[in-house]
Amino acid sequence: MKFFKTLGTKPWLDPTMVSTAGVAVAIDPLAAPRTALRFIMGMISVLFFLFIITFLSRSQYPDFQALAGQPWQPFTDPSRLWLNTTMLALSSLALQWGLWSARRNQVNRAVAGISAAVFFAVAFLVAQLELWRYLQSMGFYVSTNPANSYFYLLTAVHGLHVLGGLLVLTNVVFRVWYDGAMARLGGPLALCTHYWHFLLVVWLLLFALLTSRTETINRLAALCGF
Amino acid sequence: MQQTAIADQIEEELHDPHSFFTRYIWSQDHKVIAIQYSIVAIFVGLVALVLSGLMRLQLGFPDAFDFIDPSGYLQFVTMHGMIMVIYLLTALLLGGFGNYLIPLMVGARDMVFPYLNMLSFWTYLLSVIVLLTSFFVPGGPTGAGWTLYPPQAILPGTPGHDWGIILMLASLAIFIVAFTMGGLNYVTTVLQARTHGMTLMRMPLTIWGIFTATVLGLLAFPALLVSAIMMMLDKVIGTSFFMPALVSLGETLDYSGGSPILFQHLFWFFGHPEVYIVALPAFGMVSDVLATHARKSIFGYRMMVWAIVAIGGLSFVVWAHHMYVSGMHPAFGFFFATTTLIIAVPTALKVYNWVLTLWRGNIQLTVPMLFAIGFIFTFTHGGLTGLFLGNVTIDLPLSDTYFVVAHFHMVMGVSPIMVLFAAIYHWFPLISGKQLHVGLGKAHFWLTFLGTYAIYLPMHYLGFLGVPRRYFAMGGTDFIPESAQSLNAGITVAAIIVGLSQLIFIYNVIRTLRHGEPAGHNPWGATSLEWQTPDVPPRHGNWGEALPVVHRWAYDFSVPGAERDFIPQNQPEAKGHTA
Repeated sequence: MKFFKTLGTKPWLDPTMVSTAGVAVAIDPLAAPRTALRFIMGMISVLFFLFIITFLSRSQYPDFQALAGQPWQPFTDPSRLWLNTTMLALSSLALQWGLWSARRNQVNRAVAGISAAVFFAVAFLVAQLELWRYLQSMGFYVSTNPANSYFYLLTAVHGLHVLGGLLVLTNVVFRVWYDGAMARLGGPLALCTHYWHFLLVVWLLLFALLTSRTETINRLAALCGF
Repeated sequence: MQQTAIADQIEEELHDPHSFFTRYIWSQDHKVIAIQYSIVAIFVGLVALVLSGLMRLQLGFPDAFDFIDPSGYLQFVTMHGMIMVIYLLTALLLGGFGNYLIPLMVGARDMVFPYLNMLSFWTYLLSVIVLLTSFFVPGGPTGAGWTLYPPQAILPGTPGHDWGIILMLASLAIFIVAFTMGGLNYVTTVLQARTHGMTLMRMPLTIWGIFTATVLGLLAFPALLVSAIMMMLDKVIGTSFFMPALVSLGETLDYSGGSPILFQHLFWFFGHPEVYIVALPAFGMVSDVLATHARKSIFGYRMMVWAIVAIGGLSFVVWAHHMYVSGMHPAFGFFFATTTLIIAVPTALKVYNWVLTLWRGNIQLTVPMLFAIGFIFTFTHGGLTGLFLGNVTIDLPLSDTYFVVAHFHMVMGVSPIMVLFAAIYHWFPLISGKQLHVGLGKAHFWLTFLGTYAIYLPMHYLGFLGVPRRYFAMGGTDFIPESAQSLNAGITVAAIIVGLSQLIFIYNVIRTLRHGEPAGHNPWGATSLEWQTPDVPPRHGNWGEALPVVHRWAYDFSVPGAERDFIPQNQPEAKGHTA
């Protein structure tokens, strides 16, 4: 409730209320990026929340056919998706390991962890593309059914966010590398790791939603009032 | 109160510009970026102003101008609305004034991510170029109305249904990327780069307005992005997110079962917060202008901050009042009418506080003050008609008439523009170091203020008569008397006078930049930090050797016993009081 306490202060009563002049305030160089990252994750959450709400609303129209439940539907057996999920989870784990190593100043292990994370993240993206090809070979095209459209759309948007994360991670690593300041890798890497875990959670939610049977989707939609 | 987050910025991170190119073109200085943003926004704003003039010519004098055909008219309506709301107001208030004022008012040397800030401007410029390109593609720009409702927006029969709509959606997506990069900078700078002593509750209301509006933008623009992406897919690869099964021009289309209402919900989930993304910075800036020129502390500072935060929160739960005629459930309408009336409470509080700030103040009728007082009038009028339209039963007959047009132009067209002019006249001495000509400024104010009333007051009557908006011509319509046409002609004359009177402003700016009198240091006797820089206009890095230290809030005007009638925020206690 610090927010409400802040809003309760009366700055006009006592001009010396906060006399910070001369008081050394510890400067955290990561404070700004951390705040920015929180806002970014907030925005991405809103983005996917809205996509999911429209998905549930759209699912209540008669032409919507869920992608799981019946034997001929592609995700009745979601083993391919489990494979992809494992890759993303391994990427997250590897990055976390890299972060721990970086914090203990074990540079080689940190680099190994980051490399493994990048490898698994790229593998995840390739596997997602492969999944698209698989769906198309089964005749599940983008515009044949709204459920298909949502599958392609949501995986694409999620994939783009993974790609963006990869670009930022590469940038962070190379900047620290060229500055010769591998000891300071831990801070920025922690932010990347947060983002990685966040995208994993988003993916797990999407995975659950996209492979739900019609009854589950209907129940969720009813909960949301559709 | 615990000082939460102060990030003093490190000197070597300031990218000192060396050449003309890095100083003025690829600049990372927030002040240069602000001016770049402002120039582009004002330029597209003038394009939109010309478009509105063309619309008014057709409405006032139907069939007198051959070069305006029905599709052209719809395209003018669409582009005028979209440019004014997004590419002018949002960009100028946040990209322009947000960029210029945030670091100066909170006592920072620059934004926390200067490079991202520069990218934000260039991405914004790209979105404007993509938008303006649509004037030159086959079929012209989209004529779907600024709300871009499907299914008509992407079907044959709507002007610009082939290329125009695609460019519009692409441009919006690019704009959202630009806004996000800028917005992350604004919120992070406010939260993390305030100088010593600048607590949140010592920030000028301008910063509170810009900060809250940016948070709204970061949470609301994703809704526009989602709808733009899904509509683009419907248009380009034939998905059916929003497109129902339908027959167009005698042909059954491939779409099946989509929901156009879904688009409306998404659009207005963005669209209503957008009103406050424009209004809140205006609220903040007008508060500071009023307090400074009335030489009096703002009345109810805490209440003003709470109102800004409350309006920001409530703005997310009123969106469906734009959709009463969409056929939604009546109970839904009741809910949204209630929230709409509730949001009027903090808004009215703000109006009372502005008036009470003026009450027994030492009012200086300077040009910025005239515009600020003009804003109180136009905003009150626009706000009151909002109470009419917020009620379902009154909205139904008035929906899609000129009453609605008059309402939103008063509340989010004229009012923010009044504040923008107040802000430009107020901060111009800081930005350029020169004082705008007062006589020309007053002429500009009276022509604009009285002229906009001459435009929009009669428009309410047209709305009561039931004259529908967005119509190219009325033809022979029995329920509309002929006098409505005379009223329309009068409105057009007033609109053209107001449009032309903006040339006075442009002339004033150019004249001042060339031969203006030096304004000197802090000509208005303002208390906030941006006027306390060592150089006017402030140089790169803003503060010279050391960052300022803040000792008080931003509204110590006419303090009894003080040497002058204002005490700057960075003045220590001892010097302020003689007693």
